[in-house]
Amino acid sequence: MQAGIVSYGAYVPRYRITPAEIGRVWGIDGESMGQALNVQRKSVPSPDEDTITISTESLRTALLRGAIDPQQIGALYVGSESHPYAVKPTATVVAQAVGATPNLTAADFEFACKAGTAAIQTCLGLVGAEMIRYGVAIGTDTSQGAPGDALEYSASAGGAAFVIGRERVICRVHRTVSYTTDTPDFWRREGQKYPSHGGRFTGEPAYFRHVTECARALMEAVGSTPKDYAHVVFHQPNGKFPQRVGKTLGFSEAQMRYGLVTPYIGNTYSGAALIGLANVLDHAGPGERILMVGYGSGAGSDAFDLETTEEIARFDRSFGRPVQYYLDHGVELSYAVYAKFRGKIHMGGE
Amino acid sequence: MSIARFWRETPRRYNLGGSKCTNCGTVYFPPRSVCPQCTHHRQSIEKMVRSQLSGEGEVLSYTVVHEPAEGFEMQVPYVLALVKTPEGPVLTGQVVDVRPGEVRIGLKVRATFRKLREEGKSGVIHYGYKFSPVEETNGGLPARGPPVPAPESLERPRSAAGA
Repeated sequence: MQAGIVSYGAYVPRYRITPAEIGRVWGIDGESMGQALNVQRKSVPSPDEDTITISTESLRTALLRGAIDPQQIGALYVGSESHPYAVKPTATVVAQAVGATPNLTAADFEFACKAGTAAIQTCLGLVGAEMIRYGVAIGTDTSQGAPGDALEYSASAGGAAFVIGRERVICRVHRTVSYTTDTPDFWRREGQKYPSHGGRFTGEPAYFRHVTECARALMEAVGSTPKDYAHVVFHQPNGKFPQRVGKTLGFSEAQMRYGLVTPYIGNTYSGAALIGLANVLDHAGPGERILMVGYGSGAGSDAFDLETTEEIARFDRSFGRPVQYYLDHGVELSYAVYAKFRGKIHMGGE
Repeated sequence: MSIARFWRETPRRYNLGGSKCTNCGTVYFPPRSVCPQCTHHRQSIEKMVRSQLSGEGEVLSYTVVHEPAEGFEMQVPYVLALVKTPEGPVLTGQVVDVRPGEVRIGLKVRATFRKLREEGKSGVIHYGYKFSPVEETNGGLPARGPPVPAPESLERPRSAAGA
């Protein structure tokens, strides 16, 4: 039996900050910056939240929704570029916190913003080969931009967990293809708190090339065209890039309606495409075809040809919160409190 | 707290793992190896089983902390509450994602997984349960126009393969 998505859950922290508030501090027109990026606000984690807690919350929701016994999880991978430890896996804490230990394999993935989609591919292989019953792929980040940097207007926090299995599949994965090159558009060196990037170089040769080439390669492989898809989800470092890449590939704004969440919560990095997919699945009925294309700097794209099944009509979404809740709710912070929450204030003695 | 001590407590801190006396039905958190209700008659011996709390509960009483414990300076003022669980035990825990003025006795809460404290900049990070309100108390944002068409205008083509 073909491997696919059995359950999913998403989680976004409660706090928000607007580009206008960030711009106020740095003496630039943040409102215009937000409009240029198509980001209305971004999420901010509480001081007691990190990639481990967000991953755990999203996976607990997924396990409850799918009524999945955590002891049946054979593999658990967490994709992130903001793992709390440089050495000690996020995945072990998450596995323990959901009751999946000890009989499973677990590891942390890192590929800038696409570590979560890479984790899904790995789980598809293990489940498809019948080595395990369920595989868990999580994409979560609490990334930061340097104070005043353009990234600060969009870098946010959130994550989503997907359970991959062969039974009671709510969304089939027909095909996945990847497109990978050595492209130094965005990076963070060991020991550095904030990432560096190549400015405009992150656009054309990086995001746009990889996403379009990967999407086209997938559609060619399965013989599909944009009009075959009810929904499309792209990696969304801001609200503009996915709109532009969608237009280039021939998708309408209506097809992006549910897959585009960054305007309301910011760029959740490894969580971005996955939260978009979770929002699509929150709204989808049976028989709806979905194209998802992740992107990670450095650089690579993973594209997925997905289709919901009759099983999604019976899927119990009552546990946890739908993605729409996180798009509509939140508590806005001043830059001062945001700086305190994110450890940007020098407390002395360090 | 030593690494070993915290590690021993992870089942209860991560997953609210308690114990239950199968003789009288009382649930304990933290877990007990004998039941105080039944010990006099030694009836609980070998009758204590693991029992995981659901994580549901309601605020029995609470206090707002303005003078923080070490490691909680960034969260002041924060709420500590006694949470009555449907299984019976009353737990002490922080209530997060709520303004202190919005907490009230009887508030429905649910366990959430959070960072409890860090052993300095290079030490171990401790995780465990806190509580958050089941219903949002005051998190609505001003409505802003969506950048893309409303769902009514959606056309959802279905693939020929169907479901």
